[in-house]
Amino acid sequence: MLNRISTFFYLRPRLVLALMLIPPLLWFLVVYIGSLMTMLLNSFFYLDGFTGKVVREFTLKTYLKLLDPTNLQIFGRTTLMAVLVTFACILIAFPLSYYMARFTSGRFKTFLYLAVTIPLWSSYVVRVYSWKLILAKEGIITWFANLVHLNGLLDAYLKLPGVGGTSLSISPTGIFIVFVYIWLPYMIIPIQTALERVPKSLIEASSDLGARPSETFRTVILPLAFPGVIAGSIFTFSLTLGDFIVPQLYGTSSYYIGKAVLTYQGTSGNIPLAAAFTMGPIVIMIVYLLIAKKLGAFDAL
Amino acid sequence: MKESAILFKNVSRVFSVRHNDIAGTVKAVDGISLDIRDGEFFSLLGPSGSGKTTSLRMIAGFDRPTSGSILLYGQDVSNLPPYERDVNTVFQDYALFPHMTVGENVAYGLMIKKVSKAERQKKADEMLDLVRLPGFADRKPAQLSGGQRQRVALARALINHPKVLLLDEPLGALDLKLRQQMQVELKSIQQRVGITFIFVTHDQEEALTMSDRIAVFNLGKIEQVGTPAEVYEHPATTFVASFVGTSNLVSGEVAKRITGSDTRFSIRPEKIRLGSMSDKIDADMVSADGVVRDVVYIGLFTRYLIELEGGGDLVVVEQNLNTTSMDVMKAKSQKVRLIWKKEHVRHVEG
Repeated sequence: MLNRISTFFYLRPRLVLALMLIPPLLWFLVVYIGSLMTMLLNSFFYLDGFTGKVVREFTLKTYLKLLDPTNLQIFGRTTLMAVLVTFACILIAFPLSYYMARFTSGRFKTFLYLAVTIPLWSSYVVRVYSWKLILAKEGIITWFANLVHLNGLLDAYLKLPGVGGTSLSISPTGIFIVFVYIWLPYMIIPIQTALERVPKSLIEASSDLGARPSETFRTVILPLAFPGVIAGSIFTFSLTLGDFIVPQLYGTSSYYIGKAVLTYQGTSGNIPLAAAFTMGPIVIMIVYLLIAKKLGAFDAL
Repeated sequence: MKESAILFKNVSRVFSVRHNDIAGTVKAVDGISLDIRDGEFFSLLGPSGSGKTTSLRMIAGFDRPTSGSILLYGQDVSNLPPYERDVNTVFQDYALFPHMTVGENVAYGLMIKKVSKAERQKKADEMLDLVRLPGFADRKPAQLSGGQRQRVALARALINHPKVLLLDEPLGALDLKLRQQMQVELKSIQQRVGITFIFVTHDQEEALTMSDRIAVFNLGKIEQVGTPAEVYEHPATTFVASFVGTSNLVSGEVAKRITGSDTRFSIRPEKIRLGSMSDKIDADMVSADGVVRDVVYIGLFTRYLIELEGGGDLVVVEQNLNTTSMDVMKAKSQKVRLIWKKEHVRHVEG
């Protein structure tokens, strides 16, 4: 009996494929695409200022609202933060990934891999909060600055417009540091994977043909690691664009996209504006990927 | 005698290995001395793990000797990095840069030397012509077949006109027909460019076909260095006799019955004639009688396994000059007299 069932399916590979694909496809279509479409639809409605109710009529009014100087500032601020966080993550992740991929093997590699990913197992909120202890006015950094008599420098830095604040724990710098910390594993893993796939013989071939290590790095290793850098930056960039907890905890009064969405849909019930706001990061990501494609990020794929 | 291109002076390479927490050392290359001359097509032949590839990697600079020194045209290069040696390599897996076009791959060495773009392209096209891949410059390596990648790797390694070209089993991944074609082509390219080629292979036929001289490697040491004819006709050791071509190795009692002495000797299967019991033996001949136990028809030739009277086996190979597969099968279980010339008997050491 079991044999006959096996044979039945063995002879109909397309049927098997269909049976396997239907559940994930349904999930994908309903939960992912469906909710995305609902959001897109909502962004074309508007909130009636008097009644406080959503009017279900097609309009571009809500999108026009996005072009308010305050809202444009929010987009600009968030995008700039995402770019800075992404670059910082690349700078920190690359040497470590390179070391992991090229110079470690066996148990030590597994250990480093775990060390990079274990933080992801613990609660995101706990990890975000723990930085308060480090950055707060009474925190470790201030204590250390006092110890080495650099508190004057720290205070001067905090007075700088744009990056400073009342303390590191309430400043754009604080937001930046925490973002870099929590998204770093998402950058290390793709870069390491990309570097892992560069055969040793390519590096040998390059040096065999006269290239010094720095030239080999520039002409062979970096171009081949680039897709990994892009994959990692898609994570760090989009996660930063959408996050609302870090700006909430470490932010000054300046809004970021995530916080704005939260406020509009949660506090003021302006679902259409929240939806329109959310389309922002999607558009920014599409633009980002197009630029990455232009730079040849996907050529080696 | 021509000057030395590569000179190994008592070179050893010891690797430390660790397996299941037991640390130890392996002597990959064990005190080798070798003189490869200018313009030679020189093969390093041996089974895997015999030290031939490690030797090649030390010439390229990817590895450094633990002791001893390596001279490139008189200059001690033992501790020079690869990018400071006038030596280029064709890799076993070709190692073409996947993100560059064929043209960029070939011109890579010139790009590093900061040669102008126009000049680079011109040279790269010349090299692609040399390896018979004209017009391939704009393709990506992924679009090429194995044989074509091989040629690109060769063009890339030759564009800098190195003093010595190293080839690490470059034909290993190709099918038989293509391999034979490339053997001939490599040889003709070498003669045209006049560069010393050092060729690593485990394929004895390949080494015999292409080389001016061969070094036979075994267990980190060189067993014999010589021309293909010398290595084949006069194997210095048992290992060489069995690794290069096939040999009947005869020793002890069996050897004594045939030659009158119990020193070990080797005799090539193709040197033995399959005669009948009535055949006369001349003074310069040796013979042994036996029964045909097995017959394998291989088209071009037939291989016979003969069990000798009083013990021992000999393999005999005969070309199918006038015989068909039906004829050769009749030989099975027949009593035969094996006859060969005394001069083909080789006494071997080890």
